Formats: sequence, structure tokens, C-alpha cells
Amino acid sequence: MSIGLIANLSYILSAILFVFGLKMLGSPATARRGNLLSSMGMLIAIVAGLTSKGIVDYQTIAAGIFVGAIIGSLAARLVAMTAMPEMVALFNGSGGAASLLVGWATLYTGDISTFTAVTVLLAILIGGITFTGSLVAYGKLSENINSAALVFTGQRIVNSLILIGILVSGYLFSVEPSPNSQWLFVMVGLALLLGVMAVIPIGGADMPVVISLLNSYSGIAACAAGFAIENNILIVAGSLVGASGIILTNIMCKAMNRSLANVLFSGFGAVKQGKAIEGEVKPVSVEDAYYLFEAASNVCFIPGYGMAVAQAQHVVKELGEILEKNGAEVSFAIHPVAGRMPGHMNVLLAEADVPYEQLVEMDDINPRIENVDIAVVIGANDVVNPSAREDEDSPIYGMPIINVDKARTVFVLKRSMASGFSGVDNPLFFGENTRMLFGDAKESIAGVISEFN
Amino acid sequence: MDVVFLTFILVLSIFLGFELISKVPATLHTPLMSGANAISGITLAGAFLSAGATDPDLGKWLGVAAVTFATINVVGGYMVTDRMLSMFKSKREGEK
Repeated sequence: MSIGLIANLSYILSAILFVFGLKMLGSPATARRGNLLSSMGMLIAIVAGLTSKGIVDYQTIAAGIFVGAIIGSLAARLVAMTAMPEMVALFNGSGGAASLLVGWATLYTGDISTFTAVTVLLAILIGGITFTGSLVAYGKLSENINSAALVFTGQRIVNSLILIGILVSGYLFSVEPSPNSQWLFVMVGLALLLGVMAVIPIGGADMPVVISLLNSYSGIAACAAGFAIENNILIVAGSLVGASGIILTNIMCKAMNRSLANVLFSGFGAVKQGKAIEGEVKPVSVEDAYYLFEAASNVCFIPGYGMAVAQAQHVVKELGEILEKNGAEVSFAIHPVAGRMPGHMNVLLAEADVPYEQLVEMDDINPRIENVDIAVVIGANDVVNPSAREDEDSPIYGMPIINVDKARTVFVLKRSMASGFSGVDNPLFFGENTRMLFGDAKESIAGVISEFN
Repeated sequence: MDVVFLTFILVLSIFLGFELISKVPATLHTPLMSGANAISGITLAGAFLSAGATDPDLGKWLGVAAVTFATINVVGGYMVTDRMLSMFKSKREGEK
């Protein structure tokens, strides 16, 4: 058997492992083994890739792998769980950069057909968007740059010009493909610029959509690179990732009742304002909250991004345990877009050792929310805003929410009365059965815990 | 390789991907995303050819950079996913 044949057979094996790995990632009990299987598939594909003809110099490859492995493993080890969204964005960006570079480097391997030239351009374009788009997402998530939507007049014109530039330089390059073509450099520059322009108008609360979309792009970029170098494992793995990213993106969009186009092209919050809300806010002290908690037999926590900011997941878990010992039923209701990436809250609560059976989804909690004695809203706002259900003028009207206002009592833990990310007022705060527990979420809950002891 | 053949693979894999992932519980959205993200580092397998070329031209160095970036993606992606998944515990496991 020739080496080439063995390599291709190994690719089949690694594709099978990827498929099973992804399948097993769909259930909490098997997820970890699934990830392991998929990493074995990756190892096999890498070894097979190393046997391809034409590789002469293994030293530079070894050096590249060495440096990459050190950076990757250190980053994965050292990152705090609360910084997970930005870390995922960075890894994603490096995948995009790799596809861009592979596409570009392919131009040096000999004569280039028009078809290859087009696939190289696609790898550069999608890889470039993924790279800089992820970097901007990283900046927004880590608050290194302003996480609000950045919209300026003429933005659409600028973007249209970039797109036209990409089409023109892409055409001129494909007519005469050469690694020294000036149009190539224009293309690389415009792709990188487009990535920046695509993500800056998207605000922090829409990040779950952006992250899953960029994840999808990184797969599609690998796919394009696979076409450029005619390697089928890149195409298979890339399209699996591309498909999974699109599914996640779709789930996130549905959870906000917005179309993908609406998320991508309109800065949220710049829309019409809903009805002004009148009413009185009823604050509650830690002691009074304690008495209510003590008497409650069914408590549901609704975490949001504010819980991540306050790093309150550990005290929340502690309070949950105390309440369970006190005889209460405790659950954590998680809205699909709570936090800054898909499943963000689940990861934080898992870090705090909350068993995943206690984490319930929006559709499971809503039918039985009337039986909840106390709904504790921690740093969530838009995902529990009843305007989404009732006020047709509200910008978030139609978005599915967790109906905490129907619970017997609602505690809202909040630092101040500022409105949520979308800038929409929240009538929940003025509700008849709502009590506001002002202050840092972590301190407030720690206060309740100390009352119990 | 034949373009039609590669496209054939592409289309079937996309369908497979949609079928595979359509029913994932919300709890696992982040690990799924970062696990899939690690897979997208598969570009590494394609970066070797350029990185291992004899001529030390720009193409080779682009290849080496691609190897580095893709390795960060692969190693970091799998490790971070594993770290996250190791925290997902069932109640029964916790009591053992």
C-alpha cells in the first residue's frame, strides 16, 4: 500500500471519530469521552497529514507545533472560567488565521488553476473575517474595547465599498493568479477590515449570536482551505463545524426572536422606545429576604450576565444547598441567551458544582413558574422583561422570556436601577410581587447565607 | 482530485453535521461550541505541506505561521473543552 492510500484511510478513521465525538457531545454523560474521541481523530489526521509527499523540512513544522502547543495549553489552563467567552473567541480567531494562511501559502506550491485561485480567495476572505472578527469579539467580551454597538453614519456605505473592493480585487486576482499579485494583498487587507467592520456594530448582549456565527465561519474557512489544497478531511471536518455553528446561531436568534440579519445589521437599542413605566420600586433588606427564603418551599434562580460580573456563582450555589437542606426545591432556570456566549451560565454554575439536573431550560420552567415561591433574578434583565410579552411597542417585543413575574415572589438582585443592555425599561421591577435587593449580588447573597447560619 | 467529488463530500458532510447537532441540550452549548472550534483547527493537517517545503520563500513561512495558529486552536480548544466538561457533574456522581 502506498503512503498516500494509508493517509487517506486514516482520514476516514478520523472523520468517523469526529462524527462520534460530536454526537457524544450532545449528552452530558458522554460529552467528555466524546471530546476525547474527537481529539484522537485530530491526532490521527495530523499524523496522516505529516506523511504527505513533498514535506522535506520537518524542523520548521516541529517548531511551529511546539510554539502553538505551548501557547494553546497555557491559555487553556490559565484562563478563568468567567473569561471563557473571550478565550473561545481567541481560539476561534486563530483557527481563522490558520485557514487564511494555508490558502495564501497554497499559491506558492506551483501553477494555480482558476478554480484553485477562487477557493484560495474564499479561504483568505472567510479566514480573515473570522480572524479579525474574533479579535474584535474578544476585545468586546474582555471589555478592552467598548462592548456597546458602535454605529456611525455612512457605515453601510463603507461596508458596501469594502464588499465591492473584495469582488473587484477577487476578480482581477483570479484572472491572473500569482503569489505576487498586488490584488492578493488588497484582498487580504480588505478581508481583515471586513471582519472588524462586521463585528463592531454588534453590542455585548448579542455576543452569543456573534460567537456562534464566527465559530461557524472558522469551519467554513477550513472547508475552503480544504478545497484549495484538495484535502477531503479538511472539507469533512470544516463542514461539520460550519453546520454546528449555524445551528447554534439559529437557536440563539430564535431565543431573541430576531432574524440573523437583524442582529448583524442593526445596532440594538437604537430603536423606538416602549411605554414609559410608572410605579413604585419596593426594596427589601437582607433580613426580610432571609425570612422569605426560610419559608419558601420552591426557589428558582434566574442568572444573567450580572452573575458572571459579580462572580456570584459560588455563593449562589451555597445558598441553593442551604435552601435544599431547609426542605425547598431548588432549580436554576437558564435563558438560552443569558450571558455572553451560548450556554455561558451553565458553564459558570457547573464550575460552582451545581449538578446539571438542577439546570432547567426556559420551556421547562415557564409552565410551572406559578408554583415557584421565590424567583431570584441575579444580574438578568432583558430575559425576564415582561414587556417582551405585553408591550407591542417595546423593542424586545416577541422575545421569549422566563415569566418570573408570574412567580409568587420575585427578588431582583441589582446594583442600581439602570436599564438592561437593550436600554429598555423593565416593568418587572415595579411589579406588585417584586422586591428589589439592591447592592452587589455576591454580597447580598452572602448576607442571606450568614442569616441562615 | 475531482472538484465534483470534493463538492459531493462537502454537501454530504453538511447534511451530516446538521443531523448530528440539531438536538443538543442548552447545558452543553458552550462545550459543543468550543469542541467544534477545536475541530476547525483541522487546517493544521493541510498546513504541513507548505510549512515543510524546501524553498525558504514567503509561502513556507506562511505555512509555518499557519501551523502555529492551527496548533493553538487545536490544543487550546480541546484542553479548554475538557476542562469545562470535567466540571459538569451529575448529582449522583457528586454523592459517590
